[in-house]
Amino acid sequence: MTLRLDALGQRYGDHPVLRDITLTVPDGQLLCVVGPSGCGKSTLLRTVAGLRPAREGTVTLDGTPVTGVPDHLAVVFQDYGRSLFPWLTVRDNVALPLRRRGLARAERRAEAERILERVGLDGAARRHPWQLSGGMQQRVAIARALVCRPSLLLMDEPFGSLDAQTREDLEDLLLEVHRTENTTILLVTHDIDESVYVGDRVVVLSSGPGARVVLDLPVELPGKRDQITTRGLPEFVALRARVGRAVRGA
Amino acid sequence: MRGEQGQGTARTSPVSRPAASSSAAGPASRRALLPRLLVLLLTLAVWQAVARAHGSVYFPPPSRVAGRAHALWFSGPVRHLFLTDAAVGNVLPSLGRMAAGFGIAVVCGIGLGVAVGRSRWAYALCNPVLQFARAVPPPALVPVFVVVLDFGTPMQITAIAFSAVWPVLINTAEGVRNTDPLRLDVAAVLRLHPVERLRFLLLPSAMPRIFAGLRLSLSLSLILMVFSELLPGTADGIGFTLTDAQSRSDLLTVWAALLLLGVLGYVLNTVLLAVERRLLGRGRTTA
Repeated sequence: MTLRLDALGQRYGDHPVLRDITLTVPDGQLLCVVGPSGCGKSTLLRTVAGLRPAREGTVTLDGTPVTGVPDHLAVVFQDYGRSLFPWLTVRDNVALPLRRRGLARAERRAEAERILERVGLDGAARRHPWQLSGGMQQRVAIARALVCRPSLLLMDEPFGSLDAQTREDLEDLLLEVHRTENTTILLVTHDIDESVYVGDRVVVLSSGPGARVVLDLPVELPGKRDQITTRGLPEFVALRARVGRAVRGA
Repeated sequence: MRGEQGQGTARTSPVSRPAASSSAAGPASRRALLPRLLVLLLTLAVWQAVARAHGSVYFPPPSRVAGRAHALWFSGPVRHLFLTDAAVGNVLPSLGRMAAGFGIAVVCGIGLGVAVGRSRWAYALCNPVLQFARAVPPPALVPVFVVVLDFGTPMQITAIAFSAVWPVLINTAEGVRNTDPLRLDVAAVLRLHPVERLRFLLLPSAMPRIFAGLRLSLSLSLILMVFSELLPGTADGIGFTLTDAQSRSDLLTVWAALLLLGVLGYVLNTVLLAVERRLLGRGRTTA
């Protein structure tokens, strides 16, 4: 699914948040949006999700303007503790989006268990989210996002509150999902390393108010990405430095 | 360490917080059972000793009160579960009125509470009225219902329902209004149908508050049940038993009725707590 932002502007009252954002995310691309804290990255994501109407400009998906929450869209929020429903089991959380597809209960459960196995949580289906570690909870949230096979996946600092080891595991899970499902992914992060490691392309926003795109950089790294070797590549180091300078200079 | 923080936020999510106290009461109450029983027995023993030493007809010892309660209500035939005709004729009608009034209050309170809590302007508009309605001492309204509906069961049920509805309504509205905005976004992104959103998000997340309201409403129902039966035009019920015994200067029966009311209140509250624990689950309360 192709995502187009055309001269997108967003403001809270008189306070400008985003200014003149024009971007095209081609089908199947994993785009990372980086920027200093509070620059409006989350607002950008909420606008694409149809949770906030655009004040200026347009957002289109495959040529159709976004007015409400679009079909075939899924979102993973940073705060997994709040985004999952604690009164439902892991399996019921994951099966929840399937209700609108009109599947029978048994089919919903089977589908949820299949996707849980995919994210490495086969044993946790009958437990409740709060019985799991933070990393496992975010895996549940990712499973819930993937269960409807979205064409566009939005991720709002999805690994921001996880420890380093867990974050690396989930970054690799994301890359694996992206490779096999070929979903268009928009990932917002403040972690420069992460953006270069997972992204096909990195866009840097300036600090607010009225954030603009200050760098739009394709990420071309040789070979299959790997936490140890990729991060040591001279290409990786150079890209990270460019993104870092853009974030700091912005 | 950052993962720990994440779990911390999960644990203190607004849903779980109010319920935490009731779960803490679980194991703690079992541990404290013996001392509490001792205090109860000690109180009864002192009451017994003082009343016997005094020998006043106005202040009978608990053994005689219990004996009267047994003779009045629980000495019936086995096939009636030991209930006497007086129990069937007086306790059951009271419980029936209370159940009807409380039931109406629960249905209306939760229904209206969700409606008021969902809409910001409805909440702003209704809040002063709700606060006023809550502030009026419920028994003070009974004379109004007597005038409008005359004496009898419809008036009694209305009085109970009208008094008990406010705590449920206000707490439901408050609980629904405080639904985590991020979870509302999640529901929007998952494109949950309004009914599904109610079932999977709004009601579960308001549930601890709703139960707080239910507990208040239950005790109000008991109070209004007795109070409405104290009025003339009643021919049965525990309240009627009270006024009837009082008119015959039968203080032992008055005390027995008070004992019965205390036990009823305690049992009903315990049942409600058990339902709450079951519905909110062990998990919800420690989440």
